[in-house]
Amino acid sequence: MAEAVVFYIFAALILGFAVLVITAKSTVHSVLFLVADFLCVAALYVVLQAPFLAVIQVMVYAGGIVVLYLFVVMLVNLKRPPELHADPRRLGRLGLVMALAVFAELAAIGAYGWLKPSGFDGSLDSKNIEQVGRALYTDYLVPFEVASVLLLVAMIGAIVLAKREQ
Amino acid sequence: MTEAVIFPLIKIVIVLAAVLATVMYIVLLERKVQAWVQVRLGPMRVGPHGILQPLADVLKLFVKEDITPVMADKWVFTAAPILVLVPALIAFAVIPFASNDMKLFGLPISGRIADVNVGLLYIVSVASLGIYGIILGGWSSNSKYPLIASLRASAQLISYEIAVTMTLVTVIMLAGTLSMVGIVDAQARQGMWFAFMQPVAFFIYFVGGLAETNRAPFDLPEAEQELVAGFHTEYSGMRFAFFFLAEYANMIVVSAVATTLFFGGWLQPFPNVSWLWWLGIVPGWMWFCTKTFMFLYVFLWVRATYPRYRYDQLMRLGWKWLIPLAILNVVVTGFLKVLLKG
Amino acid sequence: MQRETARPMFDTDELVINMGPQHPSTHGVLRLVLKLDGEKVVDCDAVIGYLHRGVEKLCESRDWTQIVLITDRMDYCAAATNNLGYVETVEKLMSLEVPRRALYIRTILSELQRVASHLLWLGTHAADIGALTVLLYGLRERELVLDLFEEYCGARLTYNCMRIGGQPADLPEGWDKRVLRFCEIQEQKLPEYEQLLTSNRIWMERTTNVGVISAADAIGIGLCGPPLRASGVARDVRKDEPYAAYAEMDFDIPIGVKGDTYDRYLVRLEEFRQSLRIIRQAVEGLPEGPIMGKVSRMIKPPAGETYHAIEAPKGEIGYFIASDGKSVSPYRFRVRPPSFCNLQALRQLVRGHLIADVVALIGTIDIVLGEVDR
Repeated sequence: MAEAVVFYIFAALILGFAVLVITAKSTVHSVLFLVADFLCVAALYVVLQAPFLAVIQVMVYAGGIVVLYLFVVMLVNLKRPPELHADPRRLGRLGLVMALAVFAELAAIGAYGWLKPSGFDGSLDSKNIEQVGRALYTDYLVPFEVASVLLLVAMIGAIVLAKREQ
Repeated sequence: MTEAVIFPLIKIVIVLAAVLATVMYIVLLERKVQAWVQVRLGPMRVGPHGILQPLADVLKLFVKEDITPVMADKWVFTAAPILVLVPALIAFAVIPFASNDMKLFGLPISGRIADVNVGLLYIVSVASLGIYGIILGGWSSNSKYPLIASLRASAQLISYEIAVTMTLVTVIMLAGTLSMVGIVDAQARQGMWFAFMQPVAFFIYFVGGLAETNRAPFDLPEAEQELVAGFHTEYSGMRFAFFFLAEYANMIVVSAVATTLFFGGWLQPFPNVSWLWWLGIVPGWMWFCTKTFMFLYVFLWVRATYPRYRYDQLMRLGWKWLIPLAILNVVVTGFLKVLLKG
Repeated sequence: MQRETARPMFDTDELVINMGPQHPSTHGVLRLVLKLDGEKVVDCDAVIGYLHRGVEKLCESRDWTQIVLITDRMDYCAAATNNLGYVETVEKLMSLEVPRRALYIRTILSELQRVASHLLWLGTHAADIGALTVLLYGLRERELVLDLFEEYCGARLTYNCMRIGGQPADLPEGWDKRVLRFCEIQEQKLPEYEQLLTSNRIWMERTTNVGVISAADAIGIGLCGPPLRASGVARDVRKDEPYAAYAEMDFDIPIGVKGDTYDRYLVRLEEFRQSLRIIRQAVEGLPEGPIMGKVSRMIKPPAGETYHAIEAPKGEIGYFIASDGKSVSPYRFRVRPPSFCNLQALRQLVRGHLIADVVALIGTIDIVLGEVDR
C-alpha cells in the first residue's frame, strides 16, 4: 500500500518535471528540471528494490550526461539568445515524425517483452548487482562491447573536431 | 518502527552537528597549521589561542549584506550554494563510524546511519552531483570569466573522478562488496588494511581527492593569480559561507572514505599483536575520528608545502598519468586475484 | 581533410585583458595589458609610471649629500647598493681616495643587501607560484639582515648608509661577530629552501622551459644581472670592473645554461652562497684605519660628467652625473635602473605562455617598480 502511494507520487513528479523541461523559458532551467527528473527516476528504482540501478542512474545520467548538456547549453547561451533558435514552423512536422517513431519503438519493445518474458523471479535487492553484472557480461556481452566502441569513437571524433590547428 | 525512524533521525542529527562543527574548526586548524609551518602563530586574539575564531567568522558571515547581482538568475543563484553543500553532507549517510553491534543503554545501535549494499557507489554518485553547484555558481554570476573559471573547475573535478573511481574498483575487488560496512568487515577478516594491500590505489585516491576538493596543489581555479575571477566572485555573506563550508565538508568526506576503504574504518590497529591489547579499549568511533583527522592534517600539510600546478599540467597529470596507472592497477589486481584464488 | 572543414565551431577571438596596477602579484604598481588567444598570451604591453616621483629632477635641486637619501627610495628593497652606486660615481667625478676600511665596510653592506634582496625575491616568487611557506622562511631570515642594518645605520629599509668619500659611522661594537653569526645561520637555512623547491617536481614543472631567453637575445635586449647570467653570459660588474673591495675578494659568479626561469632561480640561489663567502672574507680581512676620506664639508665636484655602474642585486645599476662645477646640486642626474631594462624582456618572455605563467615571469625578472618608474 505504502509502496503504491510512493510510486504514484514519484511518477507524478517525473511527469511534472518532464513537462517543465519542455516548457521552461530558459534553457538552463530546462536542463536543471531534467536533472530533477532523473533523480526522481532514481528514487523510483529504489522503490522497485533496484538500488544499484538507482545509483548508476544518478552517477551516469544526472552526474555525467546532464553535466555535459549543461556545459554545452551554457557556452552556447553566451553567444546567441534563445529566440534565434525558435522556428515554429519546423516544430510541427519534425516533432510529429519523431513522436511516431518513439511510439513505434515503445510498442516494439512492449510486444517483444510480452512475447518473450525473461523468466525473472522478481526478487532483487541484495542480488541486484550480481544479476545485472552477470546479464551484462554473458547474455548481453556483444551489445555491451558495441556500446563501448561506439562511445570510444564518439570521444575520438569529438577530440579530432575540437583540436585546433597548431 | 521506532528503530527504523527514530534512531536514524537521532544519528543524522548527531552526525550533521559533528560534521558542521568539524568543518568550522578545520578552518581554524588550517590557519593554525599553516601558520606554525610558516613560523607564525595564526589567530591568537579571539579566545585563548584563537579557539573562538570560527564563531567570530560565522557571526561575521551571518550579518554581511546579501548582495544579489541584478541580472543574475535569482533561482539558480540561490540554488547553487545549496547544491554544493547538500551532496557533501548526505555522503555521510553510509559511512560507518563504529561497529555494527554496539549497545547504548541496553539498546542495540549500529555504528552508521544506513547500510546500503551499494554504499560506495552511492558516495560516488553523490559526489558527481556536487559538480552542479560549481557550474551554476559560475553561470549565475552572469559574466564570462566566472563561468569559464567554473567550467574549468568542474572539468578538473570530472577528470580526477575517473581516476578515483578506478581505484575504488580495486577496493571492491578485494572486499567483494559495495557496502561500506562490508568493506570494513572485509578488512577485519583479512587482518590487513587495504592500504597495505593496494598502496598504488591509495596513493591515486589521495591525489585524486586533493584534486576533487580543489585543494593545493590543484587549487589554481581558486587562486588570485588566475586573472579570470573565481566561480564564487559574486557571492557574499552566508552564500559564500556555503561554498566555503562545502569545500571543507568535501575534504572531510574524502578523508572519511579514505579511512573506511583503506585504513580499516573503526577497526583498531594491530588487532593480532597480543601486547597491544590495550588498544582495544579505545572505542571504534574514536579510532575512526583519529584516522580521519590524520588525513585532514595531511591535506593541510600539503597545502603549506607545495606550489600550485598550472591548469594544463594538472589535467595532463590526471589524464596521462593517474588514469592509466589506475587502470593498470585494476588489471594487475584482477590477475592476481584470479591467480591467487583460494 | 580540408583545413576549412576542420575548423573548430567556436571562434575564439583575441581577448585583451588588463592586469594591474593593483594586483597581488605584480610586485608594485605595474600594469600589463595582455593580448590572449584562448589561454596563450600573444602579446604584452607594460604600462609603467604609476610610481614616478620625478627622482631625477628632484636631485637637480638637492645638494650632493642629500641625494644619497633619495637614491634609497628608488629600489627600496636594495637601498645600500643604490647608495653605493651614487657615492662611487661622485667619487669618480671628484677623483676621491676612499680609505680601505670604508671600502671593506661598503663591500660587507652591499653583500648583506644582496642577500636581503634575494631573500625577498625568493619569497615573493615562490608565493606567486603557490609555495606560500617559502615566503615566510625568506622573510624570517631577512629580519636578521634588517636587524644588522638597523644596528649600523638606524634604518631597516632606507639606509642612507654611505657618504661621498667614506662611511658615516664606524661599525658598532661586536657587529662583525653578529654578521658572521648571521652567515652561519643563513648557510644552514639554504638547504631548507632547496628542499622545498629545487628538486620539487611541481616547482620544476612550473619553471623549467618557462621564459627561455638565449644568450644572444639577452644581450640584444639589454638584460643585466642574474637574468643575463642565467642565459649563459658571464658578465658581472664585480668581476669585470671591480669597485669597492671586490678586487681583493675571492668569489665565483654562477652562470646558467638554458636561460629559463629555473636557471634564474638556481643562479640567484648560488649567489646567496657567494655573497656569504664574500662577507666572511671581508669581515675577517677588515683593515683598521679611518672611515672617511679627505673631503670638505661642502661637496663641490669639478665641472664634468661621468658614468659609473655597480652590480646591484637586481642587475647593473648605473649613474650618469653631470656637474657644472658651480652649484651645490648636480646639473644632470640620470640613473640606469636594472629593473627598467630587464622589464623590456617581458614582452618576449611571455609570448606563447599561459596566463598562469605571466606571474611567474614577472617574478623571475625581479623588478621593483620604484626603480622602474623612479
